This record gives sequence, structure tokens and C-alpha cells, in this order.
Amino acid sequence: MKNRFLLTTCLVMASLLSFTTVNAKDLRLAYDADPVTLDIHEQLSGGMLQLSHMSFDPLIRWTKDLAFENRLATSYKRLNPTTVRFNLRKGVKFHSGNPMTAADFKWTFDRLKVSPDFKGIFANFTELNVIDDHTIDLVTSGPYPLVLHTSTYIFPMDSKFYTGTDANGNDKGAIVKNGASFASTNMSGTGPFKITSREQGVKIVFERFDGYWDKQSPGNVDRIVFTPIKDEQTRVAALLSGDVDFIAPVSPNDFGQIKAASNAELITLPGTRIITFQMNQKRKKELQDQRVRMAIVHAVNNDAIVKKIMKGFATTAGQMSPAGYLGYNPKLKPRYDLQLAKQLMKDAGYENGFSVTMMAPNNRYVNDDKIAQAVAAMLSKINIKVDLQTMPKAQYWPAFDDRAADIMMIGWHSDTEDSANFYEFLAMTPDQSTGMGVYNSGNYSSDYVDTTTLAANRETDSGKRAEMLQAIEAKIYQDAGFIPLHWQNLAWAARKGVDVDPIVNALNFPYLGDLVVQ
Amino acid sequence: MAQFLLKRLLQVIVVMFVISAFCFGIQDSLGDPTRELAAMSMSDEERENLKDTLGLNDPLLVQYGRFVGRAVQGDLGTSYFFKEPALTVILKKLPATLELAFAASIIIITISIPLGVFCAIRPRHWFAKFTMAVSVIGISIPVFLTALALIFIFSITLGWMPSFGRGEIVEVWGYWSTNFASWDGILHIIMPAIALSSIMLPLFIRLVRAEMLEVLSSEYVKFARAKGMDSLTVYFKHALKNTMLPVITVGGVQIGIMVAYTILTESVFQWPGMGFMFLEAVNRSDIPLITAYIMFVGFLFVIVNTLVDLLYGLINPMVDLVSGK
Repeated sequence: MKNRFLLTTCLVMASLLSFTTVNAKDLRLAYDADPVTLDIHEQLSGGMLQLSHMSFDPLIRWTKDLAFENRLATSYKRLNPTTVRFNLRKGVKFHSGNPMTAADFKWTFDRLKVSPDFKGIFANFTELNVIDDHTIDLVTSGPYPLVLHTSTYIFPMDSKFYTGTDANGNDKGAIVKNGASFASTNMSGTGPFKITSREQGVKIVFERFDGYWDKQSPGNVDRIVFTPIKDEQTRVAALLSGDVDFIAPVSPNDFGQIKAASNAELITLPGTRIITFQMNQKRKKELQDQRVRMAIVHAVNNDAIVKKIMKGFATTAGQMSPAGYLGYNPKLKPRYDLQLAKQLMKDAGYENGFSVTMMAPNNRYVNDDKIAQAVAAMLSKINIKVDLQTMPKAQYWPAFDDRAADIMMIGWHSDTEDSANFYEFLAMTPDQSTGMGVYNSGNYSSDYVDTTTLAANRETDSGKRAEMLQAIEAKIYQDAGFIPLHWQNLAWAARKGVDVDPIVNALNFPYLGDLVVQ
Repeated sequence: MAQFLLKRLLQVIVVMFVISAFCFGIQDSLGDPTRELAAMSMSDEERENLKDTLGLNDPLLVQYGRFVGRAVQGDLGTSYFFKEPALTVILKKLPATLELAFAASIIIITISIPLGVFCAIRPRHWFAKFTMAVSVIGISIPVFLTALALIFIFSITLGWMPSFGRGEIVEVWGYWSTNFASWDGILHIIMPAIALSSIMLPLFIRLVRAEMLEVLSSEYVKFARAKGMDSLTVYFKHALKNTMLPVITVGGVQIGIMVAYTILTESVFQWPGMGFMFLEAVNRSDIPLITAYIMFVGFLFVIVNTLVDLLYGLINPMVDLVSGK
């Protein structure tokens, strides 16, 4: 009697579990967080850009090998030093049914120019002119080399859908950061997936847009059930137990588990986010001596950090620009030489060292606090006593703004996928009025770097521009302007049968519209 | 009774007032919400504009005055991330945590009382000794380890249970959606409830056992036995009631803690309850939500303590609530 009951229960459970297995064309996706809003101009962040690629389309987009691919633009050409003409694809529809025309691009561009997050990226653009329904001109304030790079941020929004007033009498197109708006809860784009249900922080359901323009796309996913899973262990467990099909990000600590599993695979790519330490020359006069900074750079063993702490999941760096960027200078290799470091400290007169304070976040970058501890230990070998404090990012950024320690950690990824962005934020002399050097906590200052960066931003010949950018890297390298550590890699994991490899790229925008699921 | 309840109401107001003042006092250390709301590359000017819009640049006293003015009308602020009134966010997440705490409580009550009583009645029995040994292990293992072990065994290896979330919940009324109305919902709540109860179970078993042992050696129990009363009546009619008094006091506070701060269990199981919401709010410096939540917890604890005191009064007729004897 008892056995029969047990058997029946097991059979019932098994059959119910089989009902929960999913149609092969569905994708159950788990990232660490869900988009905070549906308004793609409200916040500039990785998560929001990923959403943009799912529900909207850009003029052009980056490919896996960092080239450009036409999306809503069918062709483009430069008319004169300040104008680039784009021809737009015909027959594209928005989720609402409205046809896409140049007017939508103008509306979108005007909105980007007022968006607090995006206006900085479009600072050099003066206007978008509508030539006819399927032709637009992008005009910059002077010769600007990054027009195509920036065009990857133009995702046209359905201007008719977002025009008018909503139920509360507010403008439908308003960008509201700290409150609800029409655009933060309603969406109409040209992208492959439209949102059919959303519960913030819990689940979003996307369904494939059957009016989608890209008939050439190999993607066969009909429905995406997106659930954020914050805890990295739980995310991996969800993948391994078959509850989800695709997860990101994946921490290096979980690689072993995924590789050992028979039903999942790991995909990694070199990334473009540089992790660095900055040495504050204003706070600590010892750091003003170039020999001391050189010694510190030579005392840090990048290889050991990547091997032992990052488990090989990073690329050692001697400069800011990663390989593939115009400014990447192949001559600038990571430097580690403890003997030379000791000698340099002696030459500078600090054989007995000195003490410094160091701060780092503990939940922002991969293994950030462990890296800081390792670097502190390495510096003790040249008699620099480090007083290290790590803290959550919520407390760290205000401390960073206050330049609260002598050595501070910061990671940076270039919004424009171009080298100049690194120098603008991290290496140019801090200037309140122009906004340059905002995150240059070291107060590293070089007239050469300042003038060359500005000149490079006006140089449209990419050969000449590359020379200038690489020269800037060399100058910073000579000056030991900062401590470069490595570029973080990116990792995704999926169950076997979900062909993730072709759709991921170094920007971490998986092109889910093109995903093929077996 | 009315006097008692009135005193408690006053206590609630004082507690919430003190908490809100405290939260405003430490606001600076809670971090800068604009870092999470906006891009790193946003200019300082825009960031200051955002802070102005959020009212973060006003002097603390002005901000607090504004907050109190709205609070007495029932508005505890708007969450920066959910873009809804903080109180609404908390109320939406409350059922998830309450159901989890309820499920864990059921497990605790149905297991700890019989086991605790058994261990007290037959202290030298092998099962009693075994239970005590296992309970030490239970206290020593942190809850997230238990949770991860459960997920590893039952989700990954055996594939019996889902590894995260609430599953298919059924709407009941207002903000309340329940896990108990569907098989999928029940499957989803089992492991989190077990993990959560694993922290309290050892405590309660030992508590019941200790109290029972003390009661059993008291004079009136010996007298009842001498009178010829049978064991069952002695244990369950007389001894148990007296055992339960301290258990209820401790239990009330523990259940209050379970509802307010089940942060670890909810994080590991991605359970969309209040603990998880609070953790995210702290990470993102969602100050209105943090303040509103701690005030809510203060309110909750006063209610729980009041209920415990009332229950105490019911069980022990000698207790006089008003004079506090």
C-alpha cells in the first residue's frame, strides 16, 4: 500500500516535471539583473544596451571582430568633413505597426541630446537632418573621427508611439530618471523581440516580433523568458539543473563546474575593460617622482595576478587600449622586475620605503578586493607599507570622488570602443569646466597627452589618428602615469544545443535575435 | 486591555520616529544612488542636477522635515529603482516572505515540539542522543551553505526540485499571490522553507527539551504523578503548557526576524521577498526604500511582541499585562 502510494507520487511528480520542460524554440535567459526601465535613453549601462539590442535596432552595430555591420542603415558615405549621410532601410516596422522613417531618427536623436546619460556621447554632434523619408545626415561640430562608433548608439524609437500625453497628462516622451514615466513602462522598437509581460526584478517575457525586418537572420528563438538571478552560484545551479538555458555573467570560480558538466558549455572572449590603480600625486609627494611610480609599476606582477587570482581569465596589460583599438601600441608590454623596482626606489632615495593608503571596491570588478590585497603584498616587497581598505561600490564611488586614498582602483570601458575615451576620462588633466579627467584620481598631467587627445578627436584619417593615439600610450607608459593590471575577459554559459558562440562579442551584447536553438 | 494596547501604539510611533531619524542621520554612509541610476561617464554637472531632482543636496534637516511631513500622510518616499511608493514595493514583496516564513514555521513547529518533548521524556534513548548530536551540526552550518547543498543535491544531481524563484504563483487577492495553490508553487517553496527552518530547528528542539526537562523536575509534576495521573496527561496537559511559555517568547522574536531579515535564504533562492529587496536596496543605495523598510520592520517587531505578550497572557492566566507583573 505504502509502496504504491510512493510510486504514484513519483509518477505524478515525473509527469508534472515533464510538463515543465520547454518548447525547443523558447529560451530561458538569466542575467544577474534585469533592466531597471524600458526607456533606453534613461540610463547608459550594459544592461540597458543589451535590452536595446533585443527590442530595438541600431543604425549599425559592432561585429564579433570589432568591425561594423549595417542594420537599419543600408549604406553611408561622408559628404564633407562634418557630415555623414546614411541611407535607411525600407519596409521596417515598429512593434506598434507604425512604419519606420527618417522622422523617427530625428526624434530619437533630439531625445539623445537631452538625455542626461547620453548627451555626453553625442556632445560633438550638432544635428540630424532629414533629407527624405529614408535618408538622414549626421552633422558634427567639426571633423569627428568617431561618427560610426557613435552611430551604434542610435536605436530609433517609435516617435508616433511616444508622442502625446499619457493618462496622467505627462509627455509620453519624457525621460524621468527617478520616477515612472510612459517610456519607462511602455516600449515600441523595431527589434526582434517585444515585451509581452514584465514584473520588475522577477520576470520579463519577450515574444518574437512577427513583423521583424531581418528575414535573413538565422535566429529561431520565438520566446524569451528572462529571469534575473543575482547570486552567481544560484545562476550556475539553475543552468546545470536545466531550469535556464543561457546565463551571464559567469565568475571564474564556476568555470570548473560548468566545464565538468555534460549538459552545459562555457564561452569566453577577451574583453576590453581595463583594471588599473591610480597613484595620487597631489596627496602623496613621493608619488610625484617618476622613479617611484616606475618602481611601483615594476613591483606589480601582472602575470601572477592573472594566473593565480583571475585563474587565467584576463589578459595582462601594459597600457589602456586593448588589442583591436587604434591606440593599442604593441611595443608596450606589462613590466615586472623586482630588482629594477628596488633599484629605482633606492635611486629616488626611498630605499626604506614609505607608507600609503589604498582603497578598492569589493563588489564591482571581478576579484577586485583580492587583486588589491595581492598588489598591497607586492608593494611591501619594495618597502611600501600599504594600508588597504575595501568597500562596496555604493560607498566606494563617493570615496573615489573625494580622492580619499593615495592609491585607488578603477576599471574602465570605453563607451565609444575607442582609445581616446580612456584618455579623456583617466589621463587628461582634470578640468571642471571641460569635464576632462573626471576619473583621473592620480592627477596625472601631461600637456602632450592633453593636446594630442584633443587633436586626435579632430583627426578623421585613421592612420594618422592611430599614430597619435599610440604615441599617447607610449608617453603615459614612459611617465608611469598609472598602474595597468589587465583587461577582464567575458564569459557566458549555455546548455548544449543553444549556439551562443556566433552571437556574442567583446561588448557583451549577445545578439539574441540571431540565436539558433536546437 | 485598552490601556495596554494604547501604550503599545505609542511605542510603535516612538520606535518608527527614532528609526527614521537614525536612517536620515546615516544617509551619507549609505552611498550615492546616482552612481547606480546613471552612467559612470555622466558629467558632474548632470550628476548634480540629478541629485537636485532627488532632493539630495538639501540640508539634512530640510530633507527630514519633508520626509516626516509626507510620512504622516502615509507616503514613506518613492523607491529610486522601482519608481513606486516604497510602501507599495514592501507590501508587494510581503506575501512572498510571509509565505516562506509560514512554511518554515510549520516545519519548525511540527518537528521541534514532538522531538523536543521526546528528548526530554526519554533523555537516554538512542534517538534522543542522535537528535541532539545532529542539532549541533545544524546550528554550526550557515544557512546559505545548507541552501546551496540542497540545490546541488535536489536540483542539479537529482533534478527533483527547481533551483530558484517562486514558480507558478496563483493570485489570491490584491498583492497576495500564493505558492500553496499549485503543485509547481509548492515544489518551489519546499527547499527554501527547509533551508530557512534549518537555522531555527536546532534552537527550538533544544529549547523545548531544556524547558521540558526543567518543568518535569518541578514540584507540581511530581505531585501529579504521586496523585496517580497517567504520563500522557502529565506531559501534554500540564507540562507542555508551562514549557511553551519561554518557547513562545523566543519563537515570537525569531519569527519576527525570519520575516524581516531572511536575506541570505532569499538571495540564494532568488526568492522575491522583502529580505532580497532590502539587500538590493542597500547595494544600490535606494535610500527611501531602505528607510521605509527599517521603519516597517520596527513596526513589525512591536506588533510581534504585542502578540506574544497577549498570547502569554492567554496561556498563563496569572500574568497581568497592564501592571506588567
